[in-house]
Amino acid sequence: MAEYKKPTNPAEFAANFSPKKPLMSDTEAYYESSRCLYCYDAPCINACPTGIDIPLFIRQINDGNKEGAAKTIYESNWFGHACGNVCPTEELCEGSCVYNNSDVKPIEIGRLQAHATDQVIRSKKKLFRTGKDTGRKVAVIGAGPAGVSCACELRMLGHAVDIYEAKAKPSGLCVYGVAPYKLTNEEAVDEMAYLQEQFGFTIHYNKPVTGRAELDKLEKDYDAIFIGIGLGGTSALGIPGEDKKGVIGALEFVEGLRNMQHKTAVGNKVIVLGGGNTAMDAASESCRMGAESVTIAYRRGPEEMGAYSFEFDLAKKSGSKALFNVTPVEFIGNGAVTGVKFIRNRSAYGKIEAIPGSEFVEECDMVLLGTGQGKQVELLEQISGVKLDQKSRILDDRGRIVVNEHYQTNNPKYFAAGDAVNGGVEVVNAAAEAKKAAHGIDQYLKK
Amino acid sequence: MADLRTNLAGIKSPNPFWLASAPPTNSGYQIMKAFDTGWGGAVWKTLGVPVVNVSSRYGSVNYRDKRMVGFNNIELITDRPLRDNLREISEVKKRFPDHAVIASLMVETREEWHNIVRDVENAGADGIELNFGCPHGMCERGMGSAVGQEPKVLQTIVEWVKEVAKIPVITKLTPNISDITRPARAARVGGSDAISLINTIQSIVGVDIDNFVPYPIVDGKSTNGGYCGPAVKPIALNMVKNCAQHPEVNLPISGIGGVENWRHAVEFILLGATSVQVCTAVMHFGFGIIRDLKSGLERYMDEKGFTTIADFRGKALPNVKHWEDLNLKYKVVASINKDKCIGCQLCYTACDDGAHQAIALSSDPTDRIPSIIEENCVGCNLCSLVCPVEECITMERRDDGKQFINWAERTAAGHIPKTFDDELAGGLHHWVPEPAEALAKKKPRHYKG
Repeated sequence: MAEYKKPTNPAEFAANFSPKKPLMSDTEAYYESSRCLYCYDAPCINACPTGIDIPLFIRQINDGNKEGAAKTIYESNWFGHACGNVCPTEELCEGSCVYNNSDVKPIEIGRLQAHATDQVIRSKKKLFRTGKDTGRKVAVIGAGPAGVSCACELRMLGHAVDIYEAKAKPSGLCVYGVAPYKLTNEEAVDEMAYLQEQFGFTIHYNKPVTGRAELDKLEKDYDAIFIGIGLGGTSALGIPGEDKKGVIGALEFVEGLRNMQHKTAVGNKVIVLGGGNTAMDAASESCRMGAESVTIAYRRGPEEMGAYSFEFDLAKKSGSKALFNVTPVEFIGNGAVTGVKFIRNRSAYGKIEAIPGSEFVEECDMVLLGTGQGKQVELLEQISGVKLDQKSRILDDRGRIVVNEHYQTNNPKYFAAGDAVNGGVEVVNAAAEAKKAAHGIDQYLKK
Repeated sequence: MADLRTNLAGIKSPNPFWLASAPPTNSGYQIMKAFDTGWGGAVWKTLGVPVVNVSSRYGSVNYRDKRMVGFNNIELITDRPLRDNLREISEVKKRFPDHAVIASLMVETREEWHNIVRDVENAGADGIELNFGCPHGMCERGMGSAVGQEPKVLQTIVEWVKEVAKIPVITKLTPNISDITRPARAARVGGSDAISLINTIQSIVGVDIDNFVPYPIVDGKSTNGGYCGPAVKPIALNMVKNCAQHPEVNLPISGIGGVENWRHAVEFILLGATSVQVCTAVMHFGFGIIRDLKSGLERYMDEKGFTTIADFRGKALPNVKHWEDLNLKYKVVASINKDKCIGCQLCYTACDDGAHQAIALSSDPTDRIPSIIEENCVGCNLCSLVCPVEECITMERRDDGKQFINWAERTAAGHIPKTFDDELAGGLHHWVPEPAEALAKKKPRHYKG
């Protein structure tokens, strides 16, 4: 089946993971931008969580004002380049382009956006001035899309910002979790360097904030604290054999792949558990790593998958097969995993129930769990534990941080946005929320 | 079956499509290639005392990704010796005896005119075109548009030519004049057998905004050029119409200006042209466009039941009136086809900002299909022009078709506004929003400041 040969060197890896949305040349951008109708109150703007004035930036590309285009993009979204590449544009801006209503190909907004921002990132063109120094300091925990977006906006408002990042690189899931055919490490890191150069916030790498003592220090040293820690690692399924060799989290697999590239270990027969976008990414990537067979297994039907249909299509195009209405009950193997025992499901009144006696074993030598990320509850509970009584919790029942419309937690000094609050959506959602959170912090600091 | 054969003042060609006197007719090589591809005639690049040209000669107006919607040049007449051109004219005529070869000429003295007319006749040219149009370079030397702008001088030179010419003489007119019919009438009086128009329009196509020099740039400097291409077609059509309608002109017309496809040729013919001349489209796409020009024209004629070009020549002229003759009772309003509408709302913003506030948006933000406020609609057509979907916004007739009154009649009856606040003001009872309503209106969320 394998359409992809196992990559053995960086060039082969790059070929297998060639960009899904390659950077546009000037000519392509010119022709594509010429097609935009410049709709009134354009649906694409309203479909964008950050509300980028898309027809305006496309017009600016078309009339030779690419710096203006980049500025239009960044004014609304500090992750403009990353989002141009990783956003599910088919579901957002491009999905709402009016051309879809007349069977004309929608404008390639994501690629135009990446084209405009790429120009200023490469030329290091400074587009923004930071605000007048307010003398206030904000600590940001996490240098992912939420944390960095919040930092940029806070600098625009004149507040000093220190970011504390657990890992060695910025950009969070853009570097550690996004499929490499959507965004390369270099692209993600270059955009971060571009933003940091303009905004002058500090990032302390390899500085995880994990305990009460660190929180105490932050609270003492800073006027406000922003939590942009995202989600935790892949949650355990809680079925027998989960500790067998070869059973790993899909997210961890993607993270490994982004750093190890062609040296990443991948099985010959891979089973990916889950129906979300991370599961689809893991399946596509396993195919591109040269796995002989890749099977997505999901406990409900295809129409109930959480993944966008275009992500499922991409996984299928890469060579994945799919099993629906199956629940894993046990990982089989003597030390290393050799198969997954499933039971078939049927749905009744919107719920699924196992069909007795329908168990079967699907052979494999690797299982990727795309079954959801855990929450970083431990740290968050320590915030609430000190400052709040039992009733005003900082977390909801699903472990998400509870915030008001200014993204302020029940502890007024703490603000939060991104996956830790919304439960895990897109980079663009984190960018949109964190920008609002920065304004919430600004208001709080002015009081 | 449509017969495309054309006879303009005795110059016969297998079809009405001629190459205009310009770079595509610089040599016998090009004209043979054109005839071989199917062109009916060619007006040779203007002959005279050879010139010296500059390097960097053309400039272009692009619209978004569409190249050369307007085009200008600062090239002069032929820079090749007359003897080479004459030899090539003979060769072309020998190989293509039924195709029209017209020699464009531009010289100064009566003697030069006499000599060159005889030379091209001896070479076998089927006709002569007098270049009184070139708006750059040559006019500074008292030729080209310098002649075309002075009807008296134009008439004199036509008379000199007619003193010796045995083949038909076409006078090519410059549009760089306020009333095109004045030089056209002078050509007629001078004895010209036909006119051709328009030559290029004086122009600056753009400015290099980094170096502060207009295009095309010659060593950091520029000069005005002659404008042509699709952008000039409306000006050319109007001038052709003016000449075709004027009773004292009454000459066959070769129409020139922005012709790129068969539809454009039909437009020129409907407004009175017998042949059309093409340059920019060939410079852009090559001689091969003749295949579309001919097939489109044939299909059109067959569909309409026209056998010859003469069957529809000037057919639109009776429908071109003065403004005062138009029916003031005629009433159309816009209508949006909801099934075709894609929700771009360009019609809304065009009407609200650029016209008469006659289009409304739904109060439901998920419904992006605008609606026409019929009582405000003046029937201006703007929405139907900006709409990107074919046949989505149409103009529907609302008067009963039985009433007619025009401005001339109303003037004669004394029924017209005469004072600044006259009760007869056309827009008196037309609804216009209060100025401050503009500020109260809900703006799209991304409109800042």
